[in-house]
Amino acid sequence: MIAEIGHFALILALAVALIQAVIPLVGASRGNATWMGLAGPASVAQMLLVGIAFAALTHAYMTSDFSVLNVAQNSHTDKPMLYKVTGVWGNHEGSLLLWITILALFGLAVTLFGANLPPGLKARALAVQAMITVGFLLFILLTSNPFERLDPPPMNGSGLNPLLQDPGLAFHPPFLYLGYVGFSMAFSFAIAALIEGKVDAAWARWVRPWTLAAWIFLTLGIALGSWWAYYELGWGGWWYWDPVENASFMPWLAGTALLHSAVVVEKRDSLKSWTILLAIVAFGLSLLGTFLVRSGVITSVHAFATDPARGVFILGLLIFAVGGSFTLYAVRAPSLKTGGLFAPVSREGALLLNNVLMATGAGTVLLGTLYPLFADALDLGKVSVGPPFFNSVFLPLMVPMVLAMAAGPLLSWKRGDLAGVLSRLSVAAVAALAVALATWLWQGGSAGPWWAAGGMALAVWLLGGTIVEWAERIRLFRAPLAESLERMGKLPRSSWGMTITHSGLALLIIGMTASSAWKLESVQTQKLGETITVAGYAFTLTQVEDINGANYLATQGTFKVTKDGQDFAILQPEKRVYRQPPRPTTEAAIVSTILGDVYAVIGDAVPEGGWVTRLYFNPLVPWMWAGCLVMVLGGLMSLSDRRHRIGAPTRARAAVQAAKA
Amino acid sequence: MRRVLYLLPVLVFAGLALFFLKGLTLNPRELPSMLIDRPVPEMNLPPLPGRGADTGLASADLKGRVSLVNIYGSWCIACIQEHPYLQKIKELGVVPIHGIDWRDDPVEGAKWLKKHGDPYARVGSDPAPGRTAIDFGVTGAPETFVVDKNGIIRYKHIGPVDMRVWDKTLLPIIRELNK
Repeated sequence: MIAEIGHFALILALAVALIQAVIPLVGASRGNATWMGLAGPASVAQMLLVGIAFAALTHAYMTSDFSVLNVAQNSHTDKPMLYKVTGVWGNHEGSLLLWITILALFGLAVTLFGANLPPGLKARALAVQAMITVGFLLFILLTSNPFERLDPPPMNGSGLNPLLQDPGLAFHPPFLYLGYVGFSMAFSFAIAALIEGKVDAAWARWVRPWTLAAWIFLTLGIALGSWWAYYELGWGGWWYWDPVENASFMPWLAGTALLHSAVVVEKRDSLKSWTILLAIVAFGLSLLGTFLVRSGVITSVHAFATDPARGVFILGLLIFAVGGSFTLYAVRAPSLKTGGLFAPVSREGALLLNNVLMATGAGTVLLGTLYPLFADALDLGKVSVGPPFFNSVFLPLMVPMVLAMAAGPLLSWKRGDLAGVLSRLSVAAVAALAVALATWLWQGGSAGPWWAAGGMALAVWLLGGTIVEWAERIRLFRAPLAESLERMGKLPRSSWGMTITHSGLALLIIGMTASSAWKLESVQTQKLGETITVAGYAFTLTQVEDINGANYLATQGTFKVTKDGQDFAILQPEKRVYRQPPRPTTEAAIVSTILGDVYAVIGDAVPEGGWVTRLYFNPLVPWMWAGCLVMVLGGLMSLSDRRHRIGAPTRARAAVQAAKA
Repeated sequence: MRRVLYLLPVLVFAGLALFFLKGLTLNPRELPSMLIDRPVPEMNLPPLPGRGADTGLASADLKGRVSLVNIYGSWCIACIQEHPYLQKIKELGVVPIHGIDWRDDPVEGAKWLKKHGDPYARVGSDPAPGRTAIDFGVTGAPETFVVDKNGIIRYKHIGPVDMRVWDKTLLPIIRELNK
């Protein structure tokens, strides 16, 4: 009964979404306030109905109602309650329901916080949001109904993919979706602006916080996924350039570019049509990711069960949403008024450079991800594109970007003085060179990879430049300390946000460089009592036993790890085989230190006696996770800036007036 | 001229969409394994102790009937998980299952079958280094091959077989081959 209520709520939601997609739009073009006003209550009803459906499915999972096909296929009574709940979105149908729930949540947010929005813009944006909702609701109801019944119900379910029975991955989809779907806000506002033919500072000021919020969630989601791959796949790697990873990374790149170009729209009334294009691209890439993962067009280790009918449907949706918006863009964007001009060397110029490099980066990732499809479709054979392509094409693009990132914030708007900025950055340059030299000597010259010193120098350059900019703002060491402190207190939070986020990226680069350059690993057959030494850590295999988990059997190895003869830690990696469905997983055992992770994996027993073990020392990996968290923190800091706070502070209104004048 | 620039995104996207449309009709998962649609490798594996003289596995044994060849070993944990499903498949009587006891002491392999049940018609012993299984292109245990009447490998399943794999993948292929 409850499942039917959920199903029915979705059908009602579709009806409401259809109304919301049409009437406010017509109202806005006719200037009919009542029709425009309909969007608000409709978005509230939307949220209620979709929320009921989501609650209904969650209820079916929590009570293990196996008469619901979706639950029978993806759950099991043995599963811990946590994974029963997260199992709701651990499958195709449920994850779509989560997608649409988040979409409804964002729609509601426009209504709740958008009281000061121009009514036409608000009505149109909500109508565009509703169009997306209609598309996805049709998709769910026609091809992926999560409430389908099963008669007779089985005694028990088939269980959740064991890889998903893990805290890191269980919460990874909601964050990713908050990011993906969050970009729908920028998208809807971009389309609304194209229809109105007007993009101004007020538009950018509204779009920026939402894009920033989506960016924060997406950053967190990607980091969580990467962390999961690191400890669960058991190879000590954290990024595989897998199509599904790329699917989340491309919108991140486009979204990062969008964040920066929106600054130019807001402050300088320039780069408007480019910003609109990025807003469409960021959400378009999110949709593309959904298509790639679910259509079976690209193979990936993560791919959901695929179904050609679904692929055709999502492709149709993609063509309608992205093709339609690009067409609208081609027609309307040329008539957007271009604002302030700027010299190539200026803050705007630096932000544009960032944008071009980010967009090119996203383009190369797209090319690499789709290349197997191109080759297959043109009968050039089956190929796979792996890390070598991405590393050799994508990374070189990021080098000039990071180089410019240190200088950009120091340039002034409109026309900057590059020579002056570079001389102010001499401290950072000296520090970077010193670190490069030290790194080179430390790794024994060409005994380590040549790029390690470069990566470290790049990170220090960025960190140095970021600190210089911050120090100049508060006149550190130029003015009395008291004055500097006072200036520090008055720094706007968005400026803190930039400083923190850019520093976070520097930490991330340090961690990525070190762990890629100096990872130490040892793979061998190890017998009980045998000791293997990696990076000065001596791993002795003291015990291997079979243990019985809640819903799995595991082989657990116990390593006693010593360093310089002193006890360091006990590591207990597991190799699990889940009962339902029977699938093996690896649980690496990791102890983090500031210098790196000590990491052990136990593999299969070898017939000759002993076990295959993989032992690693992954240098500075914790710095990577710290870097991601710092970036998220910077984003939150910037989001809390009063100019971004929703509810239109007076100063922002004044700025709008100024921009209009 | 500027107008053309604004048309660029929609043109690029149209090109992409054409590829996606074509892509939906292709299956990237169909890996062109060297061994699919090739005869099974030449082999003549001895039987396990205590299973009878003529229960070893030779290439000729795989002709005349569609059959499954399952790679297992007493050291393989995932094989324990898979085993009850193999028993069930045997009981269905649709297809004979042959085993290859891979990289294993034949005595251990036989003991393991006594303990967990024996779904196999024939079992060949392929002790370390396990040349025959390598000729099959095995990457790990368990793996299961579908071999047609003429002794030609038609499908390879990597990882444990369960009833879902059986219903959705193996059985349809076997039905097709039996036509």
